[in-house]
Order: sequence, then structure tokens, then C-alpha cells
Amino acid sequence: MKRRKFEELFFRALMLLATIIISGSLFLIVGTIFYKGAPYMNLDMITKTPGGGFYIGKAGGILNAIIGSLYIAGGATVLGLLISIPVAIFINMYIGGKTFLANTLRMAYDVLFGIPSIVYGAFGFLIMVYFGLRASLLGGIIAVTLLVIPILVRTLDEVIRTVPSELGDATFSLGATRWETAKVILRQIRPGIFTAILLSFGRAIGDVASVLFTAGFSDNIPTSLHEPAASLPLAIFFQLSSPVPEVQGRGYASALVLTIIVLIITILSELCIRKFYKQKV
Amino acid sequence: MYQEVLQTESVVAKKTHISVKGLNVHIGSQHILKDINIDIPDKKVTSIIGPSGCGKTTLLKTFNRLLDNSSDVKITGKVLVDGENIYDPNIEVTRIRKKMGLLSQRPYPLPMSIYDNVAYGPRIHGTRKKAVLDELVERQLRATGLWEEVKERLNASANRLSIGQQQRLCLARGLAVNPEIILGDESTSALDPLSTHIIEDLFMQLKEKYSIVLVTHILRQAARISDYIIFVYMGKIVEAGPAEQVLQDPQEELTRQYVKGYIT
Amino acid sequence: MVFTILSVSLVLLIGVGLYLHSLPVLHKLSWGQLITSSVWKPMKGLFGFFPFIMGTLWVTGISIIISLPLCILTAVYITEYAPGRVKRILSPFVNLLSGIPPVIFGVWGVLFIIPLIQDHIAPHFVEFSTGYSVLAGGIVLAVMIFPLIVSIICEVLRTIPQDLRDASSSLGATKWETTKKVILRKALPGIIAALVLAISRAFGETIAVLMVCGNNAVVPHSAFDPGYPLPALIANNYGDMMSIPLYDSALMFAALLLFIIILLFNIISRMILSRLERRLAV
Repeated sequence: MKRRKFEELFFRALMLLATIIISGSLFLIVGTIFYKGAPYMNLDMITKTPGGGFYIGKAGGILNAIIGSLYIAGGATVLGLLISIPVAIFINMYIGGKTFLANTLRMAYDVLFGIPSIVYGAFGFLIMVYFGLRASLLGGIIAVTLLVIPILVRTLDEVIRTVPSELGDATFSLGATRWETAKVILRQIRPGIFTAILLSFGRAIGDVASVLFTAGFSDNIPTSLHEPAASLPLAIFFQLSSPVPEVQGRGYASALVLTIIVLIITILSELCIRKFYKQKV
Repeated sequence: MYQEVLQTESVVAKKTHISVKGLNVHIGSQHILKDINIDIPDKKVTSIIGPSGCGKTTLLKTFNRLLDNSSDVKITGKVLVDGENIYDPNIEVTRIRKKMGLLSQRPYPLPMSIYDNVAYGPRIHGTRKKAVLDELVERQLRATGLWEEVKERLNASANRLSIGQQQRLCLARGLAVNPEIILGDESTSALDPLSTHIIEDLFMQLKEKYSIVLVTHILRQAARISDYIIFVYMGKIVEAGPAEQVLQDPQEELTRQYVKGYIT
Repeated sequence: MVFTILSVSLVLLIGVGLYLHSLPVLHKLSWGQLITSSVWKPMKGLFGFFPFIMGTLWVTGISIIISLPLCILTAVYITEYAPGRVKRILSPFVNLLSGIPPVIFGVWGVLFIIPLIQDHIAPHFVEFSTGYSVLAGGIVLAVMIFPLIVSIICEVLRTIPQDLRDASSSLGATKWETTKKVILRKALPGIIAALVLAISRAFGETIAVLMVCGNNAVVPHSAFDPGYPLPALIANNYGDMMSIPLYDSALMFAALLLFIIILLFNIISRMILSRLERRLAV
């Protein structure tokens, strides 16, 4: 019995240690960004685009990257939604959510979900070359859309599945078409859709590999789809690679901006999820 | 002479296995069990009856300290098993739990083979020799009437059994650690009539060696198999006594109301 | 409808597209040569991918070895042991951090892990190390996937009914024994699923690893050697892609390799999972 007690205590200690390591390191990361970035944060950073010589220490800000990222992530999410919502509805309503065909499709999307963003970036690049596009906002949007579709489909699918079939039965028996029923279901899961949007937006805005070849980089805010667009992750990367401490510091500040944006999105989506599930019960 | 018989009768009947004194249980802000004082007789079948939500299961769970696993629980009072207060802070909980076997409402076979399910308890408490375990598993499976049905597939997953068989497996599993008391929480309510019958018969046989406490909301079942009945209502013990007496001739008005639905 | 077919066929499209673009380099060297050769001289048209494959495996392997035990322990702690208040804070906290962009982890890696390895860890093991190593890549990756794995395992543990734990407790098992013998067993399919997801993420992570792993095209022989995983290869060289002949095709081949590895991996683990689930039948 002593041995059993000892084993229990030992593992309890181990577990506590593991938890501390994990939460500690995550805490450390966020903390470091704040610590290193805060001194260099000022209004200029978020309201100006890089002036000449920004990367060697002169004035300017990262507005180009902020707007660029917002455009790309926003465009990709919208496009992604346009494609994913019909797909999710199709899987659940037109094929019957539990059939072999439906599950095979789900599996295919799961595979797509697991494909690394750099593969999407490479593929996006191929598409661009095929259509004769140059590195641009459009290219970035295309690649990120591809990345985001599996996320959206997966999340929407899970959310739709939580709608009890009785709801569909009820509307059908009132004589509604499948499409009309779909609209009802969509309204029902609105917070779920919100969550899906937030999740994919968060992923889209922070991802590097997909925009690397496809969106290019520019010091200006893109005014058309065919201009190259800067993105926050790339901007951070470039600034940090510079030998000038001032620029590095601004890199941290940029990282801070990105972190704050993402944290806000994540908090919002957590709240959404909670609200959604509270509504369910 | 009549007096003597009565006295002997009461001495034998009064040997208690579990004795509850001044038990109060709070879960969260709710006062679930209020000042419970009751004795559970030794080697008899005692049924706890009462409407849903009145604390029957909570009471049962205080006997083997299973309530400790829930959050936000405050327990005051004493529960004496064989004279020891199981809520004494120095007590080793696992030893107490070993004394009692619990049968839940739905069978919960552990995610392992039939053999491993029954051997689980003994293994944890130190029995390692295969020969000993083999004998033990066979003995308990025979005791619950499962042996013939499963002896060819002891290594199959326990989940493959039917619900009735699973519940018997859980009983065998509980018996394997050599308890003194068997606790049943509406243990036949998920079963078909045949399996229910088998389990009830088992209880009747087992009471020769074990004290049995059952929570049930089926009055007919209580009438069929119990020696003693405790009627709990809104967290308090309203009436307790020999089964026939409580069911046929209840002393309290509440009891009378509750058993009114019972047909002789 | 049309959309579904289109998007699902993406899987095929990507595979085919990458394959087609890898053809030029495949014409020059066979599959076998490409995968097993360690000679990487793009100017001469020599592309041996072996170092990069090994680099990817090393980094992924290290990250899984570090993170899996830690994550299981933490998830168990959060769901089974932590008192209510702690659980309420920890769980969302960990979830929150799953959204942090990879580049931030790369930054942190350069700031903390590199000096840590260079000054404090490596001297015990090897003569010299810049700190830029597969170990650094592995550690950074591990920290990156912590939130993902922990939250998935927590979810899985939460679905296990309390009565199962009660059944084990009633037999006299300690909490740890219940966890070890019953809960983790029941959760095994879920844990493996989490593992698969983690490995997929780790394989493909580009920027965080790129910043700390050294980007040296050699086969790593120890954790302290620098490495050059496939994603980093692609990311670092896309600029030169168009100027050197066959280079773009080679990089597409690298992407194809990644794609195939992950595809195969997904399919195999799915098969293992369904077999497991049948055996532990719920």
C-alpha cells in the first residue's frame, strides 16, 4: 500500500510539474513579446507606412502590413465562407449526414485540414503561375482561402451536426424545400458560424508560409488586387532579421500588434463558443 | 416464551454493519441529506426507497465515500462500518472502498477483457499470481452465473456482452475484492425482466455472506427481496423497519402516501 | 453541389499539380536518387533530398518526444486533479494560446532557446554548438503544439463518464490507478488522434522552425546539429527559384514529398484508429 501511495504522489508531482512547464512557457512567450515590444510601441507604428529607410532605422510604421494582413485574411475568410457553407450544408442535408459518402467526404476534408500551409502556398503559387498572376494581394487571398476552407468546413460541419434532426423534420413537414430548411438551420447556428469565422481569420492572419510566395511584400498599402501586399508575419520576420537594434525593437512591437489582434480574436471566439453551448442547453 | 422469541429475534436482527450518526451532506449550496441516523443490519437485504431526487443515491454514496469524488461536497457526521468511522481523516479510503462493492444503474465494464475486469480489483490490491487470479475469476463468474456463458471467451472485450451480462460482470468484479457489503444503485433499472430476475435471485443468495443495501424506486422489487426498508423523503429518513411492516402497515403518513401505489 | 466536388478534389489537384511541376527534376534524377542522395548543389543540378527529409524527421521527432508526455500529464491534471478554480482558469488559458501565430514562437526561440542551448545545455554534450540546432527546432515546435494537444486530450477525457471512474474507485483503486488503468485506456483512441494531428502540424510548420534550426543542408547526427527541414527549404529558397534551372521543380518536389508523407501518415493512422476503436468498442 505504501508503494501505491508513493506512486500516486509521485505522479501527482509530475503532473503538476508538467502543467507548470507548459503554462509557464506559454506565459513566458506572451510576456516576452509584451516586454520587448512595448517600449517600441507608439502611435506611429500603427498609423504610418514605412518611410524610406524604415528597415535601417528611420521613421515609419507597419500600417502596410496591418492593412495587408487584414485584407488577405478578410478576403480569404469571405471567399472561404462562400465555398464552405454550401459544402457543409451539402454534406449534412443533401447526402444525409451519416452515410458512407458523407463520412468519406469528411475524411477528405480532414486530410486537407492536416496539410501544412506551405503546401498550400506552393500550390497557390502554381495556380498563380498558371493564370499568369504575379505576387499580389489576389495571389495571397487565393492561397489563404485554400488554407482556410478545410478549417471552415470542419467547424461548420461540427456545428451543423449539433442541430437536432427534429428541426429539419419540422420544417420539411411544413412543406419547406431543402434550401429553405438550410436557411433556418443557418440562422439557428449563427454563433457557431461566427466562431468558424473567427477561427479561420485567426489562422489566416498569422500564417506565413501561405503568403510567402503568393502575396509578395510591399511598403505600401495595396490599392488593387494585383498589387503586392505586405503581411504582418512577414513584416515581423524582416524586421527581426535586421542588424539594427532599433529595427529589431520595432519587430517586437509588430509582434506585439499581431499577438494582440490574435488574442482578441481568440477571446471573442471563446466567448462565442460559450454562448453557443449555453444556448444549446 | 413469546417474549423470549421476540427478544432473540431482535438481538439477531439488530446486529448492524453500517451505522450512520448525525450525517449531513451539502452539495454546493443545497442541503441534500439532513441529520441522518440509521443502522443497516448485517447480512440482510435493505432497500432504500423514496421519490427521485430525495437523496437516496447520495446516501448510498456516502457509505463507500464515493461522494469524495464529486466537487463542492461537505459532509459532517459519522458513518461507522464495523465500528470504525470511515470519515475519520486518518482512514485509508481505498481500504474502506474495498469493503464495499458498488453496482451502478447502468453497467460500466472497464475498457478491458472480461477476465481483466474481474481481476482488476485483486490485481490492484496485490494479487499477481496467475493461478490465484484464474481461480478467483472463475469462482466469481460462477457465483454470478456467468461462467458457462463466457468461459470460452474470457479474453474478449467486456463491451461485447449484453447489458444483463455486463451487469452480472460488474457484480462479479465487485465480489472479486472480497467485500463485506454490496451497494446497489437502482442496479436493475436498465435491464430486461429476465436479467432483472437473475440479479434479484443473486442478491437473495448473496445475503448469506454479504450485507446488501439497495436503492430502488420499484416498490415491487423492494417487496420481493428486502428484509428491511428505509424510506427517505427530501433528504430525511421518514421511516425504517422490517419490509413487511413498512409496506403493509406504515407508521408515518408520508410513507402511507408513498406506498399507496403499491398493490399487494 | 459543385463546390463540394471542387474542393474535395483539391486533394487530388494538389497532388497532381505538385507532381506535374516536379516532373522536370524527376526526369533528371529518379525517385530513389532524389530521396536518398545527400548532395545538394542546385547550380549543378544535383538535388539530394535526404538531409532535408532527415531534418524534418529529427525536428518532428524531438518535438513529439518532448510534448506528448508533458501534454498528457497536463491534460490529466487539468481534468482529473485540478481544483475547480484552477481548472476554470487553466483550461481557457491554454486554449487562448493556441491562436498565437507561429512567427512569435520563432522569435521567442531565437531569444531564449538558442542561448539556452548554446550556453547551458550543449556544453554538457558536445564540443561546440551555435545553439541553432534541431533540438532548438524541436523545442520551439513542441511549445507550439502544446495548446493543441492539451485541449484535444482534455476534450477526450471530459467525455469519459464519471461513473466509470466511480466504478474503479469503488474497487479500491487510488486516483492515479484509476487514471492509469482505466481512463487513459479508454482515451487511447483520442490520444492517438491528438498525436496524429500534432505530428501533422509539426511536419509542416515552417517559419518557427526556420528561425532556429540552422538551415544547414547536412544530415543531423545529434540533437545539437543544425538541420534543414523540408518546409524551411522551400521557404528559404523560393526567391532563387526562378533563376536557377530546375530549382523551382525541385522545390515543388519538396512540397510534393511533404504532401505525400502527410497523406500517407493520415491514412495509416486512420486505419489504426478505426481498428483500435473497434477493439475498445464503446
